[in-house]
Amino acid sequence: MLNLFLIQALNGVQLGILLFLVAAGLTLVFGVMDLINLAHGALYMVGAYLAATLAGLTGSFGLGLLLALPASLAFGLLVEALVIRHLYERDHLDQVLATFGLILILNEGVRILWGNAPMSVALPEALSGAVPLTGTLRYPLYRVAIIAAGLAAALLLHLLVHRTRLGMQLRAGATHGPIVAALGVDVRRLFRLVFGLGAVLAGFAGAMVAPILSVDPGMGDSVLILTFVVIVIGGVGSVRGAFVASLIVGLADQLGRSFGPILLRSLMEASAAAQTGRTLAPMLTYILMAGVLAFRPAGLFPARGR
Amino acid sequence: MSGAPSLGARLAARTGGGGRLRPSRSGLAALALLAAFALVPPAAQALGLPFLTATATRMLIFGLAALSLDLVLGLGGLVSFGHAAFLGIGATALGILDAHGLRDLALQVPAAVASCGLFALVTGAIALRTRGVYFIMITLAFGQMAYFLAVSLAAYGGDDGMALSRRSTLFGRPLLDGDEALFYAALAVMAGALLGLRRVAGSRFGRVLRGTRDNPTRMEAIGFPAFPYRLTAYGLAGALAGLAGVLLANQAEFVSPAYMSWQRSGELIVMVVLGGRGTLVGPVVGAAALIALEEVLARHSEHWRLGLGLILVASVLLGRGGLAGLVPGRGGRP
Repeated sequence: MLNLFLIQALNGVQLGILLFLVAAGLTLVFGVMDLINLAHGALYMVGAYLAATLAGLTGSFGLGLLLALPASLAFGLLVEALVIRHLYERDHLDQVLATFGLILILNEGVRILWGNAPMSVALPEALSGAVPLTGTLRYPLYRVAIIAAGLAAALLLHLLVHRTRLGMQLRAGATHGPIVAALGVDVRRLFRLVFGLGAVLAGFAGAMVAPILSVDPGMGDSVLILTFVVIVIGGVGSVRGAFVASLIVGLADQLGRSFGPILLRSLMEASAAAQTGRTLAPMLTYILMAGVLAFRPAGLFPARGR
Repeated sequence: MSGAPSLGARLAARTGGGGRLRPSRSGLAALALLAAFALVPPAAQALGLPFLTATATRMLIFGLAALSLDLVLGLGGLVSFGHAAFLGIGATALGILDAHGLRDLALQVPAAVASCGLFALVTGAIALRTRGVYFIMITLAFGQMAYFLAVSLAAYGGDDGMALSRRSTLFGRPLLDGDEALFYAALAVMAGALLGLRRVAGSRFGRVLRGTRDNPTRMEAIGFPAFPYRLTAYGLAGALAGLAGVLLANQAEFVSPAYMSWQRSGELIVMVVLGGRGTLVGPVVGAAALIALEEVLARHSEHWRLGLGLILVASVLLGRGGLAGLVPGRGGRP
């Protein structure tokens, strides 16, 4: 039981880290630019496809991943130039409509270019082993690598936001946009950078999961919704909130799936418990969100100035 | 100001901006719309294109769902992104009753409307504590919650959905059998919904709702807190969409969790904005336009969603507020 708990907790952390990479970009874009980007999940999907294709071309997953990052950045900047930059002055409804249209375009574009069938990516040889935990218990090395890479990205992001001049402008832009512009900061350039950064983070997340999930045209949609849950729980615009909420949602999802039925079994008979558990598990994160919002409508860590 | 408003009061309720609800003119437009729809089945028969009747029925069903969303989105100014859930809950309620041999509308309609209204009131009470982008995301998440609930109902088909044993009856009579019968039933429901919503929009309730959309602070100051009005509108909208779900299940003779997918909710928003939000016939016209567009694009390519997405993005970037913004004097924002 303890072993199962350990494994599921690690899976939850791994899912949480992944959600954070996607949510961080989304919440930054919203916090700094006041832009709701439904197509953020599609950027994650594009990152996965780019990594899968580049890994196939180069014959090395590491090289594919490395090349997918600038490719994701370029793609993000292209989307920003073509569509997103025209939406900054618009209301949220226009942003929802245009980025919803972008999802349709990107999902269908991926279908045209890569086909409907899911793509599979081989695990990199060096990371295909398992690490010993306790006793005979082992955990896949690749998932440990995802956790480590995600934590490193989170740390870099934290340093960028809190220790650099650019980060200072980002934080100031999020709360006092017009004043930052009046002080001579090129706000358009700032927005481009934020969007590009978000695209790279999402693309990185997509590239990292390519070997353990199937890469298919709908993969961005499910992540997008979970990411929204994370952002709403954490507080829109707050990167710290996104980090905490990602871990909460990741853990709740994974532990709920395996321990929900076990807990229910003490309350009801086995078959009913299994059925109820299956019903409740996918809803758990949404119930969690509703619970948090009922008490804190602005999330756990509401961004200041909002 | 209480009870049914006189014509004068309703005229006074007119607001100056383009694209707002104008009771007298919108009444004529609604009549014209219903008349145009009523001509479809005979025309389809004359032209030898019977599928047009089924297409028009779909337009009416989604028009009904879009109309109900407009109560929240257009009059209330709240971007609800989980509206397809109500469509799906209405259909699922019908499917579950059908699976237990209960096929009469006298039972199915109250069950569908009540379950949708209840879901709307419970989720709305939480969602309406927030505003703006939070409201968008929360309604989206609640929509997903309903979707996953439906997917996990293994006893009722789960992911695969369930086929209805037959179309619903009314007091034992097979009223909905046949495409034309179902079409006219949908048309009758649409006529009732247009009439009802016209009254709601022109009533004191409708005016307060628009007031909370345009300036919630001022409305609060003169004694109209937004929350109860918004929650009532949300509950009403949910119940009406549930009715659309009953029709949808009957047309397809199939109930699927896919009715609740969040993409479907996005399409409903597109329908409302496409036709003009805050107008009476706008959402129905928008639904008809989107479904026609889908049918035409789908005939040319399996990748029709690409065309739809391009049109959507272009319409937002070129015109303000979707296609309606391209027409002068329509879709102007407050």
